[in-house]
Amino acid sequence: MTDILMPALSPTMEEGVLAKWHIKVGDTVSAGDVIAEIETDKATMEVEAVDEGEVLEILVAEGTEGVKVNTLIARLAGDDAAPAPKKAEAAPAAAAAPAKEAPKTEAPKAAPAPVAASGERIFASPLARRLAAMAGLDLKAIKGTGPHGRIVKRDVEAAQASGGASASAPAAAAAAPAAAKATPSLAQLGIPDGTYDLVPLDGMRKAIARRLVDSVNNVPHFPLFIDVELDALMAARAQINKMLEPRGIKVSVNDFVIKAAAMALKAVPEANASYTPEGIAMHHHADVSMAVAIDGGLITPIIRKAETKGLAQIATESKDLAKRARDRKLKPEEFQGGTFSVSNLGMFGIKQFTSIINEPQGCIMSVGAGEKRPVVKNGELAVATVMTVTLTCDHRVVDGAVGARFLQAFKPLLEEPLSMLA
Amino acid sequence: MSDFDLVVIGSGPGGYVAAIRASQLGLKVAIVERENLGGICLNWGCIPTKALLKSGEKFESLSHLKEYGLSASGASFDFDAIIQRSRGVAKQLTQGVGFLMKKNKIEVIEGTAKLEKGTAAPQVVVTLNKGGERIVNAKNVMLAVGARARALPQIGLEADGDKIWAYRDALAPKKLPKTFVVIGSGAIGIEFASFYRALGADVTVVEAVDRIMPVEDEEVSKAAQKGFEKRGIKFKTGAKVTKVTKTANGVSVAIEVGGKAETLEAEVCISAVGITANTDGIGLEALGVELDRGHIKTDSHCQTNVKGLYAIGDCAGAPWLAHKASHEGIHAAEHIAGFKTPNVNSPIAGCTYAQPQVASVGVTEQGAREAKREVKIGRFPFRVNGKAIASGDTEGFVKVIFDAKTGALIGAHMIGHEVTEMIQGYVTAITMEATEEDIHGIVYPHPTMSEAMHEAALDAYGRVIHI
Repeated sequence: MTDILMPALSPTMEEGVLAKWHIKVGDTVSAGDVIAEIETDKATMEVEAVDEGEVLEILVAEGTEGVKVNTLIARLAGDDAAPAPKKAEAAPAAAAAPAKEAPKTEAPKAAPAPVAASGERIFASPLARRLAAMAGLDLKAIKGTGPHGRIVKRDVEAAQASGGASASAPAAAAAAPAAAKATPSLAQLGIPDGTYDLVPLDGMRKAIARRLVDSVNNVPHFPLFIDVELDALMAARAQINKMLEPRGIKVSVNDFVIKAAAMALKAVPEANASYTPEGIAMHHHADVSMAVAIDGGLITPIIRKAETKGLAQIATESKDLAKRARDRKLKPEEFQGGTFSVSNLGMFGIKQFTSIINEPQGCIMSVGAGEKRPVVKNGELAVATVMTVTLTCDHRVVDGAVGARFLQAFKPLLEEPLSMLA
Repeated sequence: MSDFDLVVIGSGPGGYVAAIRASQLGLKVAIVERENLGGICLNWGCIPTKALLKSGEKFESLSHLKEYGLSASGASFDFDAIIQRSRGVAKQLTQGVGFLMKKNKIEVIEGTAKLEKGTAAPQVVVTLNKGGERIVNAKNVMLAVGARARALPQIGLEADGDKIWAYRDALAPKKLPKTFVVIGSGAIGIEFASFYRALGADVTVVEAVDRIMPVEDEEVSKAAQKGFEKRGIKFKTGAKVTKVTKTANGVSVAIEVGGKAETLEAEVCISAVGITANTDGIGLEALGVELDRGHIKTDSHCQTNVKGLYAIGDCAGAPWLAHKASHEGIHAAEHIAGFKTPNVNSPIAGCTYAQPQVASVGVTEQGAREAKREVKIGRFPFRVNGKAIASGDTEGFVKVIFDAKTGALIGAHMIGHEVTEMIQGYVTAITMEATEEDIHGIVYPHPTMSEAMHEAALDAYGRVIHI
């Protein structure tokens, strides 16, 4: 028998929505078959079978939300080869061998029910589970010393004695802050029930809420504004697109912005940085996240090493990423781990706006609409195509002068696009 | 420098098991034994007594044939053959241990060991049984030297193999006496009383405490006494033995019960008043090995205060049980091999193989109450268990004790037919830290006597089905 567990689609994924089953009991699957779709914070991912066999049981219904990573979701019949007998143990290794990364995913329940039908596996003894729940300790924060790293009574007692692993420890910090504070209901705030429809929070909405609240609470933000003239860029863009037409590539203003931002980040590497408690991470490459609005939220796919890429390549990649983002077909590595973000609301005619830092990135750039504006040139009034760019900085890593130097490097790249070739 | 990674002294169920485990882990191991491989357990304890008790039980069962619609006539026994069978069983198992030593490439050194100062660990000087001396150096030494029957010479209670017996004499007597006084109602005293009574002897058991089998739960003590009395064993509880005197025909045992003096006469007195650890004559004093009330003091990994010296089993303290010794031996061997298992503590069950059997693990009700623990207690009698009724084994009950706060199973006490085979279910539960919910959720096969174990756990929470 083969257990199929809820996969972790990204290193940080804790739970997801089992959006769709592609199999039913009795089906025979082979390795590589798509068996389910999992919706996470950010994307919908297809899950492929790793083993082959007949589907014996489907344990989590389609549409179930909050399915914890490593929950047993289905079972395949497989050849029940008994586990190979252990080889003669190498003396100390056998005992010292660290317990396998046990998927200790379950938060303690007030009264641990017998293993639920969903088959959540907890490597903790029943008594340890209960004691932890009684003491308000988080099992995830307790190191097990029992067989195979199982958490046993003595481990909970030790955690209790050392005062560690309290429920307010790391795991709880990850929980939605909304849940931590009692939020007054809408009725309490004077909006009676029945006067609105309630749209359930999906994974993406919850993630947006959590991440942005965290960012606003954690990061000392400040914005810097700069105007960029685009006339030369528009001319260059027309020329480039004409050249690229036979290849079916069309470079957008945003692609220029990404390219210029990446080059400016190389020129001012202090702006390509992340704050960590251990120190400031100076990123080697400009991995530029571009905000893509999609149904029900947004997502930020990444142009990796954008400083090394030409406009045509950036245009091709951004188009592909945006399309797959809208289809919710991005892989986690395609939207996690950028070093700088670009958000563009120019197409909506927004003149200027200030984005919220996309942690742990040091800066996010908000790009407004390019519009004809009166400008003063050589003491005379003139008309130019101008867009306003805002750089929101995390003051812990990017001080005002650093942000300013970055914009100083960024602006001429767009105003004189040929300089991007230099 | 060292000849071995580990030298184990004593080949009882602690020592030989430790030696095998150490060898499995790649250590070079020797074991020193002065008498027979397997120690007391295999040769003069657990195993041969079970052989005797089975003969007694089978013979006794013949008197119940009618209840099952059967009859037979001329039932009798051959005492010598019973003893011979018991000795044969012991011999077979001792040879088995010899084979295991060979298979695991453990060198068996026949002789008596004494410890002297060494470098990595004490040096072991063996006075060989075949003559001469052998000095063995090892990185680690494990004492598994066991214990022996306690003698109380001040009241004349010293085994002579004739009229006053210790366990060894009681296991291989030349003839079957007609009357016994057994002093001590622990497992050993009760088992011999049960065996000799089954063969028709007149047996009186004397116990100093006010109830028999004092380590057991009070309810079990009471039920056990009733069960044994039904089979004809007599008891003197709260009885202090003041003098044991040998007479022309046997022994005279002077006791004091409630301030009144009495005298019990019998052909033979069996002494079962506890044990003395074999800590003398092995050089512990010179090495400065710390003792605790006559037993070798050890830490949670069975280490003594002397570098490289471990002690396990009876010589290292209570409970004086073979399986406790084996468990400690394995733990100590693994510790020597570098394992990081936190400690040796695991619940140890106690079993008495009389008719009826008694088995228990964990705390008693009295113990829990004295420790001011809030408990939930459940009971279930075998007399309403289907399998027990069908088998005609309705005597006894199951009693379980849960911690009221956490629901942890903390004690289980059973009396009845083959409960010694059942107790491991509760041992497993306690070892794995089960709570009442886990035990309630276990599906016990039907029909079995073990269903009573489920019912008792249900009863503790007001959920019992069959009462």
